[in-house]
Amino acid sequence: MDMNGGQALVKALECEGVEVVFGLPGGAILPVYDPIIESPIRHILVRHEQGAGHMAEGYAHATGRPGVAMITSGPGATNGVTPLCDAYMDSIPLVCITGQVPYAAIGTDAFQECDTTGITMAVTKHNFLVTEAQDIPRIIHEAFHIATTGRPGPVLVDIPKDIVDPRNPRSAMTWYEPTDDIMELPGYRPATAGDPELIRAAAELICAAERPVLYAGGGILKARAAAELLALAELIDVPVVTTLMARGCFPDSHELCLGMPGMHGNYTAVTAMQSSDLLIALGARFDDRVTGRLDGFAPGAKVIHVDIDAAELGKVRAPDVAVRGDCKLVIAELVEALKACGGLEAQPDRRAWRSQISGWQERHPLVYEQSEPGELLKPQYVLEVLRDSTPDDTIVTSGVGQHQMWASQYWRFDHPYTWINSGGLGTMGFSVPAAIGAKVGMPDRMVWAVDGDGCFQMTAQELVTASMERIPIKVALFNNAYLGMVRQWQEMFYEERYSEVYLSYEIPDYVKWAEAMGCVALRVESPEEVAPAINKANEIDDRPVVLEFRSAAEENVYPMVPAGQSNSDIVVDPSQR
Amino acid sequence: MTATGEAAATDHSHRFHTIVTTVENKPGVLARVAGLFARRGFNIESLAVAPTADERFSRITFTVDVASSPLEQVVKQLDKLINVVEISELSPTESVERELMLVTVDAAAGRRHELLELVDDFRAYVLDADRSQMMLSLAARPARLDEFEERLRAFGIVQLQRTGRVALPSLDS
Repeated sequence: MDMNGGQALVKALECEGVEVVFGLPGGAILPVYDPIIESPIRHILVRHEQGAGHMAEGYAHATGRPGVAMITSGPGATNGVTPLCDAYMDSIPLVCITGQVPYAAIGTDAFQECDTTGITMAVTKHNFLVTEAQDIPRIIHEAFHIATTGRPGPVLVDIPKDIVDPRNPRSAMTWYEPTDDIMELPGYRPATAGDPELIRAAAELICAAERPVLYAGGGILKARAAAELLALAELIDVPVVTTLMARGCFPDSHELCLGMPGMHGNYTAVTAMQSSDLLIALGARFDDRVTGRLDGFAPGAKVIHVDIDAAELGKVRAPDVAVRGDCKLVIAELVEALKACGGLEAQPDRRAWRSQISGWQERHPLVYEQSEPGELLKPQYVLEVLRDSTPDDTIVTSGVGQHQMWASQYWRFDHPYTWINSGGLGTMGFSVPAAIGAKVGMPDRMVWAVDGDGCFQMTAQELVTASMERIPIKVALFNNAYLGMVRQWQEMFYEERYSEVYLSYEIPDYVKWAEAMGCVALRVESPEEVAPAINKANEIDDRPVVLEFRSAAEENVYPMVPAGQSNSDIVVDPSQR
Repeated sequence: MTATGEAAATDHSHRFHTIVTTVENKPGVLARVAGLFARRGFNIESLAVAPTADERFSRITFTVDVASSPLEQVVKQLDKLINVVEISELSPTESVERELMLVTVDAAAGRRHELLELVDDFRAYVLDADRSQMMLSLAARPARLDEFEERLRAFGIVQLQRTGRVALPSLDS
């Protein structure tokens, strides 16, 4: 069937099962937007290309399907760089289609030209510059294959205008079915199952460990291995920590769950890892925010490291057993190997370890002091009320900073894929667009964006998108008039010399701003107003809602392992010192 | 290959690692490979790229001056590049390395005989000559090229270009 490149591109997206594209048209991508009109694919018109990328990320994380963003050349593409890098750091499957100036004009400094593939080379799993219309179905299929298999990640496809413009003879092509056998990827061999010998070696280490900890990372979620992890933990009765990227992969309410480790992890999770004699790292990458100072991290622990990406094995901490493979398959293999070793009966007596852990839990729970009458709200309190006033499977997104840490600490994540945040890159402004993407993908679920005032000001314009597209997300905006986490560091490490961190409680007026963007908005200033406001927000399902919580500026996130220090030097809440 | 020569080669390669990658013969692939080194501030000492017998693929041979442990990490990340089909580090004791040098030297009539003796000794070739200069070529082990270059200094090197080493695993390895 003869068609033009633009039609082929849209048809190729349909063949990949794409149901929604987040994007914003412009000169170079215009010809692709024409066949979009006839396509069953839903297009969400964003207000800034960064929003398109983060929405695609939120969609991908919530649904497990690749997110798709479509933006134009030049400034459109450069605005997309941040979400591409974010998706690269957090292994989010994304396909980003960018328009490009006509092939013959590339390299001439044409209007809205930039070297998109050059710029994005370091922040994508792979990128393509398509030079012939005939290649479009194959390359789109390869892009989705690469984005979704192995360690997932963002793939960019740069499309020169002439090969999609029906008025240009270079856009002529003959359609063919994009199937696996037409892919030309001789260098791409994603790992699958683990080496049985290494699995046996891992099982032996586990059977010999007295103080083991399961260190679950975001790879558990990427591999959709939550059920396998639960089976493993229960089989050997070993506690689990869930990293910032893994929150929800193991139920917080499970007795084996110790919660989040790391710089702002809870005392028990951090200390259990420090005291462990065996870390079983599953889809985790020993991030510096988890390990603290590396030479002081879990000094007595042997390490089993399972990762689909060979480059993670030994990158930070030398493993005793390294298994390259997909977590879902490897954990299932490990469960079988442990059963063959005798299951729970073969495990050493770990009562002393368990009682040590429960001692830490009793002595060092997460704590905060409720505000006195007349004082501003404590964000921790608001998050507890929000958690208790929303369905268990509510999807929570967050920006980056104090509110992110409190949300991760105080929420009770009992379901996988209910926590969506920017972990690796730490992208402020992630929350609102990610929530929109998640809600588009999971329209029947309640979606709350937890956000800070600094973050909100970076991407709030996407609430216009949400209003126009009738995407009823809810925003819990913590207004503490500061770039709170930076303020906290200046208080603790820069002798309270506050440099360029003050925003304002009053400007902008968040309620008026949200209303101007088509949202329902409420300002909440005292504890007794919190629950009613949340309940009201929960009842609104035809437009976005923004609740502005006026929050105490001086509140700090604890526990905290100061940057560059050992996890053994964890600083707990002042009331526990 | 003399015993001394072999030892020199080993010493030389102790610091330098030779990485051989088979890549897809496509635009931009060299930039992807080089980018992984550039991002870390590692210098590529020498580089040779050409299609293999199968023209869909090219072989990139490069030498880098990096400690072993960061190198291992870079090699793993190179392997992750979609266009990289195969990658290996060639140890100097298990591979055969060659490099080509073109060099133009002063060859005044009085020293021409001496120069030609040196060319003979090294099994180099004379590619071009005029009244005052000669252009020579030598394909040999990189250390042998170093030695040749050193000996030519006495004559006066006008221009010199080396290709960067290429290598294949030796047959018994």
